[in-house]
Amino acid sequence: MNKTQNNKAWFLVLPVLVVVAFSAVLPLMTVVNYALNDTFGNNQFFWVGLEWFEEMVTSSRLHDALGRQILFSAIILAIEVPLGIYIALNMPKSGFWASFCLVLMSLPLLIPFNVVGTIWQIFGRVDIGLLGHTLAALGIDYNYTNDPFDAWMTVIVMDVWHWTSLVALLAYAGLQSIPQAYYQAAKIDQASRWAVFRYIELPKMQGVLLIAILLRFMDSFMIYTEPFVVTGGGPGNATTFLSIDLVKMAIGQFDLGPAAAFSLMYFLVILLVSWVFFTVMTNLDRQEQK
Amino acid sequence: MALELQNVSRLVEGRVHIHLTSLTLQKGTMNVLLGPTLSGKTSLMRLMAGLDAPTTGRILWDGRDVTGMRVQDRKVAMVYQQFINYPGLTVYENIASPLRIMGRDAASIDKAVRDTAEMMRLTPMLQRKPLELSGGQQQRCALARALVKGAGLVLLDEPLANLDYKLREELRIEIPRIFEASGAIFVYATTEPEEALLLGGNTAALHEGRVTQFGPTPQVYRQPADMTTARVFSDPPMNFLPCVKTFAQVALGEATTPASGAFADLPDGSYTAGFRANHLSLQPHSAHALPFRCKLGVTEITGSETFLHLSHGADTWVGLVHGVQNLADGDEVTVWLDPAHVYLFDAAGQLAAPAAYAQSDLKGAA
Amino acid sequence: MAQITLKNLAHSYSPNPSKDADFALKEMDHVWQDGGAYALLGSSGCGKTTLLNIISGLLRPSQGRVLFGDRDVTDAATSERNIAQVFQFPVVYDTMTVRDNLAFPLRNRGMDPKYIADRVQAIAQMIGMEATLNRKAQGLTADAKQKISLGRGMVREDVNAILFDEPLTVIDPHMKWELRTQLKKLHRDFGHTMIYVTHDQTEALTFADKVVVMYDGRVVQMGTPEELFETPQHTFVGYFIGSPGMNLLFAQIDGNTAHVQGQAVALGASYAPLAGRTQIGIRPEYTRLTAGEGLPVSIKRVEDVGRHRLIRAEVLGQPLSIVAPEGQEIGADLTHVAFAPEKINVYADEWRVQGEAAR
Repeated sequence: MNKTQNNKAWFLVLPVLVVVAFSAVLPLMTVVNYALNDTFGNNQFFWVGLEWFEEMVTSSRLHDALGRQILFSAIILAIEVPLGIYIALNMPKSGFWASFCLVLMSLPLLIPFNVVGTIWQIFGRVDIGLLGHTLAALGIDYNYTNDPFDAWMTVIVMDVWHWTSLVALLAYAGLQSIPQAYYQAAKIDQASRWAVFRYIELPKMQGVLLIAILLRFMDSFMIYTEPFVVTGGGPGNATTFLSIDLVKMAIGQFDLGPAAAFSLMYFLVILLVSWVFFTVMTNLDRQEQK
Repeated sequence: MALELQNVSRLVEGRVHIHLTSLTLQKGTMNVLLGPTLSGKTSLMRLMAGLDAPTTGRILWDGRDVTGMRVQDRKVAMVYQQFINYPGLTVYENIASPLRIMGRDAASIDKAVRDTAEMMRLTPMLQRKPLELSGGQQQRCALARALVKGAGLVLLDEPLANLDYKLREELRIEIPRIFEASGAIFVYATTEPEEALLLGGNTAALHEGRVTQFGPTPQVYRQPADMTTARVFSDPPMNFLPCVKTFAQVALGEATTPASGAFADLPDGSYTAGFRANHLSLQPHSAHALPFRCKLGVTEITGSETFLHLSHGADTWVGLVHGVQNLADGDEVTVWLDPAHVYLFDAAGQLAAPAAYAQSDLKGAA
Repeated sequence: MAQITLKNLAHSYSPNPSKDADFALKEMDHVWQDGGAYALLGSSGCGKTTLLNIISGLLRPSQGRVLFGDRDVTDAATSERNIAQVFQFPVVYDTMTVRDNLAFPLRNRGMDPKYIADRVQAIAQMIGMEATLNRKAQGLTADAKQKISLGRGMVREDVNAILFDEPLTVIDPHMKWELRTQLKKLHRDFGHTMIYVTHDQTEALTFADKVVVMYDGRVVQMGTPEELFETPQHTFVGYFIGSPGMNLLFAQIDGNTAHVQGQAVALGASYAPLAGRTQIGIRPEYTRLTAGEGLPVSIKRVEDVGRHRLIRAEVLGQPLSIVAPEGQEIGADLTHVAFAPEKINVYADEWRVQGEAAR
């Protein structure tokens, strides 16, 4: 099946390859260039070898940002995946309400990232935001611009609001593919609700859930726009995640060398994790086909 | 016109899907690929269609090498087990679709569609959508779409498997008729021996990726080349019994018969006797019939006939006898077998001597 | 175990059924004896799956009651009815081993582990899967998966009934033989009530003691395989049972003679004058080609089915199938077809008419 009969298709792919070369490969090479040299402007470069990499690997600033990043991704995955599954399980299976839920669920996904950030930035403000004001009126001391905990809560709730739909929709698609006979058989076998989930629904959702986790991991690991708009990385460095830190370093402080080394390592980490996921997923597929 | 497979084989990830195969399918013939699931029927069809490339060998169409040619450039039509139609188009548009792709003019399309629909008995449904039709009609629509192109090679991959029993019966009668009208090479894959017999033409018996025999259908049925073919081409499965030939007689278990006819020329030694279910009987139906004491497992009544599931020593047999027999399960019964219905296979499983009845029967048919 | 009774049962998928055609299942009264092996036979859309789902409780009937023994279970959920069901496509729990699959219905009911282990072992032996007990169900062949489904249906000893919904659809012909015999054996050994839904007459007839033929939402006949074959009560049964089905010829009936286009055919019984469309029905198995006796026939096609020959012919402008034994020569001198008189059934407006024994 995977044998090509002729090579015409390659010509059709060529334009894309050219575009990718200019938009991705060439800038990447520039970054490599910056990572291995020091520069003082005027296009003067001094070879420094792996010095920037060493500096970055041992930098406590990077370690802190990485720690926050991992914590953030772990928290949102831990919330969004179970919540998404739960929502999918409780969505109507057919009829008007099914379509209605689907539309409702996809709404947050259609909003541009910076708009999401702005919405929550205003929503959480104590003076004019509905959320902030209500919490304050209830006597809860909430201020995401001062309190690191409140800032984290806001960023996490925002991400959950924005992206749980994606997990839910993917899980829903997985659930829809389960033939009715399985549920009927389970009823006849007197399986508990938990057993139905554990032995029928979860195995059948496995494939799409892995995709969902992969997507959510990569996205959250690279998150920039929304926390930047809401907290700007603060208070202090409390919500400074990797990409925010990277931008601060590259554009704020203009430390191009360390920033380039940093971004290359960042890129490699994401590549590595994606590769691991991909391998696991293809192995699962193969098992299923046997 | 002919389709020729020369030393074709196919390996996928080191596993053999099709063993070395050479076949020639002549123009205007019906060719049945008969074998159980995973015997390689679909793999072989995909090679014929050009959907897969063979690992070795060549495929010739009219003597021209088409091995590497794309499916789109060959004149091939294929019908699958699932009823595949365009759900959004009417039956008329479904049938017309291959012709529109070929860029034929409107008048000739209209004529071709109406002629094909008439042949497939779809004329009253031309303006309906496929999903409003019964399964049999949907499959007829898919068949019509395959035939309208005037393809030289029509591949049918278990086209009736998803249909109700009675609809299957109806289409089984229609397919040979359609085939005769089209003049194309038909290749028809099925798991059911009865379907192969009803379609006639030639049959290739397949087992584990190997064509075990290819020839006119009645001949493959009555003179299977080996035990594998005999097993594939019998429903209920063929019964077997170890036996020994010494000098002038053949000892079949407890019974003995003179080694006459084709048996006479065999060298002495051990063989396996094979016979079909319908040749067992509860009465001695000929003077030569041999008795066998068996234990009755289960009986199944079809209304006019009775299936007997028997154990004879270590062997399990199935007998198909006329009439409704009310026998208790677990009974000891004597079944009779005419030696004229016995095939002998050698130690390697090859046919050593055909059943005497089959030879006279084939002559009668020819 | 219990007898299953259907009282004034009918079902419609539309909320406000008004006319007869709205009902997927027309009103019926039916009793399934305890321990019987039944087949529910009919073409797709005849209502047989609807009926099965009503018995299993997956569907609530729009009218009528369902009784298990004396207990009214019309409103009882599937899990309370204590039945087992095997579906068209194998339903196995992929991530469990074969052993856990078989044990699942027992574990859910909190049975004693020792009992479960013994029972699973016994069932595994019965379905011939002892060697694969510790394998994951995922990756087994369709045959094996369906055997697990059957095994899960059998594993409980106290079920009221085991329902089969075309369970052999995905199975190869050779395996069908094996599984069908196993089912028969299981029925004999355990005596569960079994209801087997299928469109395949061979499966229905060979499996069941009593076959229920359904047509257009109605039960048209219930009988032993022999009764369905010899005396179909409705022309649909004649057509549906047998391969090919019964030959039907339009005829005028006069006492113990039928007239087909003016030609006389002797009948095995005598009939009172009949109103409506009258037909005679004769099985292809009870016809034979002759050199002069009977009705003139023209042969269109001869099909070799192996164990017999199938002759497609035309008699006085009406199609006719004839079954001839394997090896019989069909010479040019065979120009007529004769019917066995006692095997001819007479139909008026599609329903069978009982004749009086001819003196």
